[in-house]
Amino acid sequence: MSENKYLLEVCDLKQHFNIPTGLFGSKKLKAVDGVSFAIKEGETLGLVGESGCGKTTVGRSILHLYEPTAGEVYYDGQLIKGKKAVNEMRKKVQMVFQDPYSSLDPRMTVADIVGEPLDIHKLCKTKAERDARIAELLKIVGLNSEHATRYAHEFSGGQRQRIGIARALAVNPKCIICDEPVSALDVSIQAQIINMFEELQEKLGLTYLFIAHDLLVVKHISDRIAVMYLGHIVEMGPANEIYNHPTHPYSISLLSAVPIPDPDYAKNHKRIVLEGDVPSPLNMPSGCPFRTRCPRATEQCAQEMPPLAEVAPDHVCACWNL
Amino acid sequence: MSNNSMPKKNPLSFQLDLSKWEKASAAEKEQQIVERESVTFFKDGMRRLWKNKVAITCAFLLIFIIVAVIVIPMVYPYTYSQQLGVAQKGQVPDSSYNGLKPMEYGATEQARIAAGEKIFPHLLGTDDLGRDYFIRVVYGTRISLSVGLFASIIVLIIGTLYGSISGYFGGKIDLIMMRIVDIIYSLPDMLMVILFSVVFQQTLAPLIEGTFFEKLGTGMISIFLVFALLYWVSMARLIRGQILSIKQQEFILTAKALGAKPARIIRKHLLPNCISVMVISTALQIPNAIFTESFLSFLGLGVSIPMPSLGSLASENLSYIYSDVYRLLVPALTICVIVLSLNLFGDGLRDAFDPKQKK
Repeated sequence: MSENKYLLEVCDLKQHFNIPTGLFGSKKLKAVDGVSFAIKEGETLGLVGESGCGKTTVGRSILHLYEPTAGEVYYDGQLIKGKKAVNEMRKKVQMVFQDPYSSLDPRMTVADIVGEPLDIHKLCKTKAERDARIAELLKIVGLNSEHATRYAHEFSGGQRQRIGIARALAVNPKCIICDEPVSALDVSIQAQIINMFEELQEKLGLTYLFIAHDLLVVKHISDRIAVMYLGHIVEMGPANEIYNHPTHPYSISLLSAVPIPDPDYAKNHKRIVLEGDVPSPLNMPSGCPFRTRCPRATEQCAQEMPPLAEVAPDHVCACWNL
Repeated sequence: MSNNSMPKKNPLSFQLDLSKWEKASAAEKEQQIVERESVTFFKDGMRRLWKNKVAITCAFLLIFIIVAVIVIPMVYPYTYSQQLGVAQKGQVPDSSYNGLKPMEYGATEQARIAAGEKIFPHLLGTDDLGRDYFIRVVYGTRISLSVGLFASIIVLIIGTLYGSISGYFGGKIDLIMMRIVDIIYSLPDMLMVILFSVVFQQTLAPLIEGTFFEKLGTGMISIFLVFALLYWVSMARLIRGQILSIKQQEFILTAKALGAKPARIIRKHLLPNCISVMVISTALQIPNAIFTESFLSFLGLGVSIPMPSLGSLASENLSYIYSDVYRLLVPALTICVIVLSLNLFGDGLRDAFDPKQKK
């Protein structure tokens, strides 16, 4: 495994939705507007940002659940285009969803849920082989094979998320897109699931795109972090670097919002509260999307979108006024 | 039980019974493990259905009626079209057979009984033309039930297919498909039914000559076709609505992410999730079909004479409401029992096969 091999590359991905306004008119909702990143094999890229900034859309567009408006997705150096390539990719790249309650079909038993990818891609020839594989998958995620005949609603949130992970693992994927997999769980369960993600990565050599809004969780699991704001990546770099030396004004204020468990430290901690609200993605500001709330905003910000420029090795930031 | 490790208890003291705090033996531990045996979806549903007394009673009642209408015509000595007063063709009918009260006999029969012969009684008497009324009701039930059943199945199949395709694909496809439904919906129901049955009766007769369908008669087949062409629209709308709401749920997106094709998503995820709606509306469609059939029979467009159906029997005997009320009551009550049982059974089925309602 070469260190520099990129498993998943996303180039200038754009996802615009048409929102009908009135009888005939429609407006473009730019959920994702030119996002580029690459993930190395075996690496975890954390994607953070507030609600509605397009994190989930990025994840779904990569899997072509929404047909991307523009931009390319490369898996293992191969451009993903056309139905066949997408279907091939779905054997290699899987997704774990946010809500463990609605992402499992209430009519199916656990065995059918976990076995569904096996059936779709015809990976098991005999029923015995399928049953054995399902039992194996359940064991990997810490459930036992007796659970296979039960329905999803008989399980707790954490267990349901485990079922969702087992389903994602069924096709032996190399890369898993985790779409806020722990944000619907309570904290003690979050730790269990996060640890399981790490164990699985070690055991199976998985690559993760880890989407979340909880900064501590992302810092814990990620090698690199990308910060998103209104459909753009504003800063990207190694996890520790971003956490300790954020350079983009948005990242700085985002990180200042992380609660500090020690009250002595918390006393001296200054929280940067941003003015105003996030602009509507239907009506994006010109130039830098963050300029309306940015303490450093200048004339230039209103005219041109700043490019991602390197501020430290492997650490890029999109801001004119560093 | 070994008391070696335990101090002996003084029978008069209030000291706790220490033997109760002994460690559990392996056998006792085994007892504590409550394991639910693994069951399939179907088995699980059947188990819950069994617990529902009302639904099971109705199911048995329906089974009893179905078996009865199949078996009784085989063993009953009279047929539904046989005019008892006519011993030979071309003869003047013996009017003593017309309109007999229950358990009465006609003139020649009385003579034979007097001669020591045993004659099977007319359980519900005879009608105006001297036909045994009981067998006519049994036969009418058979016709009505099969019309109801087949018509609903046709409606279910067409409605489900159409509705799920329209709901799943959405957008322009949905728009076009639903406008077609609207057009069919806006046509006056009864007018179309009558028109269709007249047209079909004319055109079908040469088509089905010599086949199995000829036995059924053009009337029956045109009823099925009318149902197939007109009554699926409400089912299609219902299914589409359900699909639209289920489609938004995340597990459909999950299935797409796994690479499932639309056909699989509809079959494995969408339809199983609207099964309760399908069961209930089919169960309600059956009485609807029975009513439509009797209405058509009343107008002379349904089943062809002398074939009876419950509806035509009821309308024929409406005029006896003051004299021989049983003639109206028997077919009417039969309709009631069938419709009620179907509704209650449909309710029970829905409850049993909806895992979300599991207690």
